[in-house]
Amino acid sequence: MPVPAESLRSILATDCGSTTTKAILIERRGDEYRLIVRGEAPTTVEAPFEDVTRGVLNAIMEVEELAGRKILDGERIISPQQGNEGVDLYISTSSAGGGLQMMVSGVVKSMTGESAQRAALGAGAIVMDVIASNDGRLPHEKIKRIRQLRPDMILLSGGVDGGTTSHVAEMAELLAAAEPKARLGAGYELPVIYAGNKDAAQIVRDRLEDKTALVVTDNLRPVLERENLTPARDKIHDLFMEHVMAHAPGYKKLMTWSPIPIMPTPGAVGLIIETIARDEKINVIGVDIGGATTDVFSVFQGVFNRTVSANLGMSYSVSNVLAEAGLANIMRWVPFEIEEADLRNRIKNKMIRPTTIPQSLEELVIEQAISREALRLAFEQHKQLAVGLKGVQQERTISDTFEQTASGETLVRLDHLDLLVGSGGVLSHAPRRSQAALMMLDAFLPEHVTELAVDSIFMAPQLGVLSTVHPRAARQVFEKDCLIRLGTGVAPVGAGKEGQTMLRVSLELPGGKKEEFSLAYGDLKLVPLADGERAQATLRPEKSFDVGEGKGRERTVSLRGGVVGLIFDGRGRRPFGLPEDRARRIAKLAAWNKALDIYPASKAAPAGAGAPAAVVVGA
Amino acid sequence: MAHSYTPGLKVTAYTVVRRERKLPLAGTVLVKVGDAVKAETVVARTELPGNVQTVNAANMLGVLPEDVAECLVKPVGSSVAKGEPFAESRSFFGLFRSKVPSPIDGTLESLSAVTGQALLREAPIPVEVDAYVDGTIVEVHPNQGVTVETRGTFIQGIFGIGGETSGVLRVVAGSPGETLKSAAITETHRGCVVVGGAHVTTATLRHAVAMGVKAIVIGGFDDQDLREFLGYDLGVAITGSEEKGLTLVVTEGFGEIPMANRTFELLKQCEGRKVSVSGATQIRAGVLRPEIIAPRLEAAAPRDGSGDGAHEGGLEVGSLIRVIRQPFFGRLGKVTALPAELTALETEAKVRVLEVDFGNGSRTMLPRANVEMIES
Repeated sequence: MPVPAESLRSILATDCGSTTTKAILIERRGDEYRLIVRGEAPTTVEAPFEDVTRGVLNAIMEVEELAGRKILDGERIISPQQGNEGVDLYISTSSAGGGLQMMVSGVVKSMTGESAQRAALGAGAIVMDVIASNDGRLPHEKIKRIRQLRPDMILLSGGVDGGTTSHVAEMAELLAAAEPKARLGAGYELPVIYAGNKDAAQIVRDRLEDKTALVVTDNLRPVLERENLTPARDKIHDLFMEHVMAHAPGYKKLMTWSPIPIMPTPGAVGLIIETIARDEKINVIGVDIGGATTDVFSVFQGVFNRTVSANLGMSYSVSNVLAEAGLANIMRWVPFEIEEADLRNRIKNKMIRPTTIPQSLEELVIEQAISREALRLAFEQHKQLAVGLKGVQQERTISDTFEQTASGETLVRLDHLDLLVGSGGVLSHAPRRSQAALMMLDAFLPEHVTELAVDSIFMAPQLGVLSTVHPRAARQVFEKDCLIRLGTGVAPVGAGKEGQTMLRVSLELPGGKKEEFSLAYGDLKLVPLADGERAQATLRPEKSFDVGEGKGRERTVSLRGGVVGLIFDGRGRRPFGLPEDRARRIAKLAAWNKALDIYPASKAAPAGAGAPAAVVVGA
Repeated sequence: MAHSYTPGLKVTAYTVVRRERKLPLAGTVLVKVGDAVKAETVVARTELPGNVQTVNAANMLGVLPEDVAECLVKPVGSSVAKGEPFAESRSFFGLFRSKVPSPIDGTLESLSAVTGQALLREAPIPVEVDAYVDGTIVEVHPNQGVTVETRGTFIQGIFGIGGETSGVLRVVAGSPGETLKSAAITETHRGCVVVGGAHVTTATLRHAVAMGVKAIVIGGFDDQDLREFLGYDLGVAITGSEEKGLTLVVTEGFGEIPMANRTFELLKQCEGRKVSVSGATQIRAGVLRPEIIAPRLEAAAPRDGSGDGAHEGGLEVGSLIRVIRQPFFGRLGKVTALPAELTALETEAKVRVLEVDFGNGSRTMLPRANVEMIES
């Protein structure tokens, strides 16, 4: 790097998305780094340009205009900074070209298969399929599947070191028989990473070296009790750069512009979530809901997990949300009636014209209803993968009996969650921040006391890659310019009857003002408290409700404010349900929306609300 | 803002269209640069390795995996017929024999001394690529395929299903706003590409399949009908491999939407001409739209000499646009102003907007993201 990290004055970071290339300019102001401007332009990997650098240059030109300073000299980034021209560092992330699509393989689906999946997901890949000895498919079916999918890369794992080699050999033989071809480039060999039983490495070499671009690395599960995912993840990154990215138009040129390797976008977002959790020593869930995929990141007990729900998104994949969630589940969030045929056509029209935006409030409400289901489904998938290591026998003592989870149980504990961070268009660009807060509360159902935040303008990827070279700058910009603190949600857990008091709250607000109120079951209540302010709260749940200290036990806690404030969520948890009756459901949704002032008052009940004759679709 | 990019569908009376025709694996190219080809002409050929079957020979023979090789009666690499034993073992002083018959006609490809599995591969599968459009070969990609060039009318749809086909174009709708009814499609349309108006139902599509119609081009189609026609809910717009008996090209979107006048008129001008149609749609990285190509090889050179492809253009006052989202979905109009400042919508989102005249003299503000240019 021409300029040492500690002396960087300016950083330009781009993220080449599948449709849009985003650029941000960060400058050091005094002792801290701040975001100066952000620009964007269409990504140009497709015809007629077929050169990703065109879009990058266009986005940078927008930054130049907005910042009023020169960064480019023709088509070259001026670096290091000279006077007020150029930047000291240029970095980039990318998910253009559809991102990295992988198949993974392990011996036992729920053990090495899952470890391999975690390694690939953690590296920023979309996992197209998991092939395992015991996945229930016949050998020829697996071979057919491998041939059909044409992944960018395959991660082959299996067995602990010193264990059986025959199953690994079987998987290698299947791969060899399939003669897999890569998605991009007809003439190059498919990268295959072997990260399994080291004793089987030679067997795998014998079978695959001639047919694929084989790379052997450390076993990702050397012993049953431990995963070692980093070497496999690093190899995935290396091969992504060498093979996949290099085949995307213009990337070879782009790679020469930056001293830091281009990183897959989701891998970079994961880094920033990991950084928050590590620095603050808290449990964090992050979600990035995009057009094609929804990525969920979590750090619980220091363990990082990431999942990509490849076909849950708000534009390209919006129709798949409908297919997976079902119309009734989407309609349950809509506080008015709409004909099924009309809704279906609207969703499909969004799919085929993914860059459109809601113009009417009715359209916005429908889009936010769909997003709740996309987030909910992606989170369900995440919980299923973010589990303790399976196959591990845990030792227990009598005192552990009620506490310790069985191996393979999800690590994601909503009652232990400290911070929930949302990112992606539908959350970051929601016209009111309270809309983002309620979407996240509805989809994730955090329990007890949880802080909520959103990425202001979706710059987490760039900050993620920046954190690898300048963690302080990434951290400062993330905290000051990227992360918008929405406030804190307080959600007692338990089931009750509508209207019954579930929680009594005493608040001591800044300036000494005191406020006391009761929260009824089924209600939402908002207490404004600005960002940077804290309130001392005494939470007294009724005997069948728990706010973190056990059923009926009082809790005193400092609650952090935000642009929305403190949200007391009395809608119950375990189970959370919306009224079955249509009229009651619509009334309830309207009441919640009003409580949080979600939509403009005059438009709170969009056209069609209460219309009696429409076809009713709903919970 | 330095740049305002608005995507659009290409609807043009005369242009140059180039299509790459490539094999999935290396093979043989059968034509050369300058050759005139028909849509049906096979331009390249290869063979895909055949499907494989695995047989657990060690188990069937009752021997250890490392001993299977000694039991082979057919060497690795040799051909075997279905039912023919390729390995056998003897036990109990040679009195009992265990045989491993081949489950397929094929080749014994390999044998694993670790797993004891034998791998048998079926005969190669021939793969041929045709020219897709009537035209001329302008480039040969050695061992991979060719580029075919043609000239004529080119119309992009917004969504389609089904693969590539070709046939004579017949416009059966009297106007772009008409619904395509079953009665309008008869035996005379066998092998044809039929153009309707604003809407078609599954029942009509099925009738068209029964009448041997190759493709339907229509303004709008309901998602409920799509689900019924496909038999499943389409999750993501990646299509082209459906085998439903015909190809469908939707030019405007989902719902009952009159076909854009210009598109309809151009299609009418192609009446009776042989056209190539593809329903393949990919709305992701590598956007692919369905298309209708009507070659007119004898016509003069294109006005601008340009090829087809995405149009990078900013909107201008006077640009013809189509609204692609509610509440004015499907309406066509002319841009009358492009205000620079961000404007708040009913949703309270502040976005860049444009002013449009739908032809009635009144002006309406729309988000720029919700219109597409009609290119010509």
